[in-house]
Amino acid sequence: MGRAPSPFATKIPYEKKDLKIVGTNPTARGDAVDKVTGRARYASDISLPGQLIGRVLRSPHARANILSIDTSAAEALAGVKAVVTRDDFPDMAIEHAASGELMVNFRDVTRNMMARENVLYDGHPVAAVAATSDAIAKQALKLIKVEYEVLPHVIDVRDAMKPDAPILHEDQFTKGVEPKPTTPSNVAARMESKLGDIEKGFAEAEIIIEREFNTKPVHQGYIEPQASIANYTEGGLAEVWTGTQGHFVFRAQIAKLLEMDLSKVKVIPTELGGGFGGKNNVYLEPLAVMLSKKGKRPVKMVMDRDEVFRATGPTSGTNVKVKMGCTRDGRITAAQAELNYQSGAYAGSSLPLATITVFTRYDLENVSVVGHDVTTNRPKVAAYRAPGAPMVAFGVETVIDEMARECGIDCIDFRLLNAAKEGTQTHFGPKLGPIGYIQTLERAKVHAHMSEKLGPNQGRGVATGFWFTLGAETSATVNVGEDGTATLIFGTVDVTGGSRSAFAMIVAEELGIPYEKVRTMSGDTSALGFNFMTAGSRGTAAGSMAAVTATRKAIARMCEIAARKWEVEPDQVVWEDGKARPAGANVGDFAPMSVAELAKEAAWFGGTIAGHAEINVAQGGPGFGTHIVDVEVDRRTGAVKVLRYTLIQDAGKAVYPEFIEGQFQGGAVQGIGTALNEEYIYNDKGLLENAGFLDYRIPVASDVPFINTEIVEVPNPDHPYGIRGIGEVPIIPPLPAIANAIHDAIGIRMRDHPMSPPKVLKALKDQMIEDAAAQGTAAE
Amino acid sequence: MAKQYVTTIVNGDNVEVLCDPTQTLLDVLRDEMDMTGTKEGCGTGDCGACSVTLDGVLVCSCLVLGIEANGKKVETIEGMAQGEELHPLQRKFIDHVALQCGICTPGLLIASKALLEENPDPTEEEIRYWLAGNLCRCTGYHKIIEAVQDAAAEMRGN
Ligand code: FES
Ligand code: FES
Repeated sequence: MGRAPSPFATKIPYEKKDLKIVGTNPTARGDAVDKVTGRARYASDISLPGQLIGRVLRSPHARANILSIDTSAAEALAGVKAVVTRDDFPDMAIEHAASGELMVNFRDVTRNMMARENVLYDGHPVAAVAATSDAIAKQALKLIKVEYEVLPHVIDVRDAMKPDAPILHEDQFTKGVEPKPTTPSNVAARMESKLGDIEKGFAEAEIIIEREFNTKPVHQGYIEPQASIANYTEGGLAEVWTGTQGHFVFRAQIAKLLEMDLSKVKVIPTELGGGFGGKNNVYLEPLAVMLSKKGKRPVKMVMDRDEVFRATGPTSGTNVKVKMGCTRDGRITAAQAELNYQSGAYAGSSLPLATITVFTRYDLENVSVVGHDVTTNRPKVAAYRAPGAPMVAFGVETVIDEMARECGIDCIDFRLLNAAKEGTQTHFGPKLGPIGYIQTLERAKVHAHMSEKLGPNQGRGVATGFWFTLGAETSATVNVGEDGTATLIFGTVDVTGGSRSAFAMIVAEELGIPYEKVRTMSGDTSALGFNFMTAGSRGTAAGSMAAVTATRKAIARMCEIAARKWEVEPDQVVWEDGKARPAGANVGDFAPMSVAELAKEAAWFGGTIAGHAEINVAQGGPGFGTHIVDVEVDRRTGAVKVLRYTLIQDAGKAVYPEFIEGQFQGGAVQGIGTALNEEYIYNDKGLLENAGFLDYRIPVASDVPFINTEIVEVPNPDHPYGIRGIGEVPIIPPLPAIANAIHDAIGIRMRDHPMSPPKVLKALKDQMIEDAAAQGTAAE
Repeated sequence: MAKQYVTTIVNGDNVEVLCDPTQTLLDVLRDEMDMTGTKEGCGTGDCGACSVTLDGVLVCSCLVLGIEANGKKVETIEGMAQGEELHPLQRKFIDHVALQCGICTPGLLIASKALLEENPDPTEEEIRYWLAGNLCRCTGYHKIIEAVQDAAAEMRGN
């Protein structure tokens, strides 16, 4: 996941104990009242005195060289205070860094933020202006003259891999191939993951199934468009308020791109209106800072929805080939995949993640995965909830379904026969620790959903998913006030509004004070040490490790206060049930002291009570889930309706169960949207045709049923509360589960995403023609 | 273009504002009146984040001009709670965890309130179709539907 695991990473062994607060549903969520009353402040809600409004001029071409940019007329317009182009930003050398679950290369980041030599997709920024009003800023954009030399473009991943394809980067030679190629290619990298002997595996197989799948890019579809407001002061300091999943990473990227010291940039994360991986990348922030520097006033920038679609990262469009073999009694002997992933205009898709997650739900001896990362004339891809995984699951889980049917084995039993478990060797390296995959399958098997009767044109499908839990740098501070209440300052981003409550529950549990006595708040980049992006399902899992570590330091300080008061050694004091107590009868007869009592005495006994943590949390605690879906296919329109949906997932420990259910449901519905409707549609000029919510149709309330959820709890052994990341797994299984259900309903295997009405209708027509032809042949 | 003088009643308060004739009601609320509770998700009438009522009628404020509010009553999320007392829908949204990131929430609450004023006892299907113009990307709608059902029951006195 981005970078190698550190040997110095923190693990805290799971502590089995009775919990009073963790695992309940708090009545008061820290963020909720502000959100239901309109008081919560998102980035676009913030305004600064004297602010200018910034706007971006974007490429109207899929690919073109920029011959010249003339901004003089825009600059001359009354009310325009600053214009920036490529000339205002330093070029960057090739340098890679982790940014969420994907890696970025600064040479490309600066080009994606503001085009330099060329534009590589419809919507690519070419200039930005700041003016005293939005209307003037928009007018100024029209006055900027850009001379383009339009070049041939390529959109589809398969086309981009052809030898005669237009090449996006003349200096890009495929990495991971020996000997180093001599001609440039859109294939930026080739990667592999292997286990055992694939030839031997296929030789042992009695049934071999090989299929090809294609998926279109889909967008994260957060409802809040990107927004930032920057203030560059005369002293060379920059403050940036922005909606981000990782303010520390954004600070690092802003500083790098603008050649500023880290200490001179402060990023304040605002309430976030949805991210799902899409707010792991800087787009507006460096532009706003530069415009503020030139315009000498604060600059606010908010994207329009069509800019969000055209220029912020969707997922990869993919082409996936899966070949698997098994014995007649249902044992998988070989699993092979070729993954071709679009990265958009610049290299670096979710391919590395996809490559290692392809088959990780199964205990396999012989695996071979080859992947290609392919540049095309689309916006640079970004992470989207389990980046890269739904597309490979589409292939693998539908092939599994076919194999199970071929063997005459129930599809859940087939998966149980091959299920990954503790000790399973993954094809990418580590052995799995204790996991809950089998439990989710067993619960699915006996679920009431499985015995619901199906009518004509209705079908049932099952599929499963797996995702990691990222660790990485995490910091937190706990301050115990003089009144015995506590404040946790966290540095991860509470992307959905659940983790700040989960943290409060955990701190309250540790301290032995009521949940209501703990306040949790996000700290800006000047308040804490570096925190990695909130990505890879790490928000609550890793953030709570820092919270526990910080709280335990505050507890140690409280034990020290008690020891000083009692005139004993600190190790003669223990913390139990929310009180400092003498460690044994021989220590002395002292009345236990509560947090509030200790807080009152703190000043005299050495100073205030606080604890802080700066740790690198170990990656671990992978999550697994099983989904069951019933659909009905309308044979006249090709429309697929989801009738029933059940999701069972291992959460390790559900800190705030109702919130986890909500995240499960949201992920499943995003997956349903991916499966049935969502796709990027480009015309033959390479321009995006559906850059709005009317034509890029995400699920609405009337499209979906209730989503039944069940939480399995197999504790993560490396977390004191057993927590696993839960945010990403739910989006993986819906695509294949629905494909399997459609097959069950109408006998057709859908292998091209999305399974939208026109595609299903066409498949139904083809089936009719085939049937008629078969009958004709039979009649002859 | 010359600005126009507009008087409206927002959440019961008389408000006078100068607005550009091309400005949407959404922009007038957010930029001229500093009422940022109403959100913008699309600006094209497709997401419902900007839902308000105009003389009691549910509208997307991004599709209404500010000057159209002249002489009319506007109700926004800021007017939903009565002082400290949350509206039953607001309470039930919290109880049922019907919000995550919360960017859709003001619009959904305004739309749900308009629904219950018209139909105090809606079926699940009626709620789903009424709210079909309000996008939520986080929750999958499950808990929103439950919250509306529960609030409706409470408001009916059940
Ligand atoms: S902002 Fe008005 S409907 Fe989306
Ligand atoms: S709660 Fe995030 S969009 Fe609805």
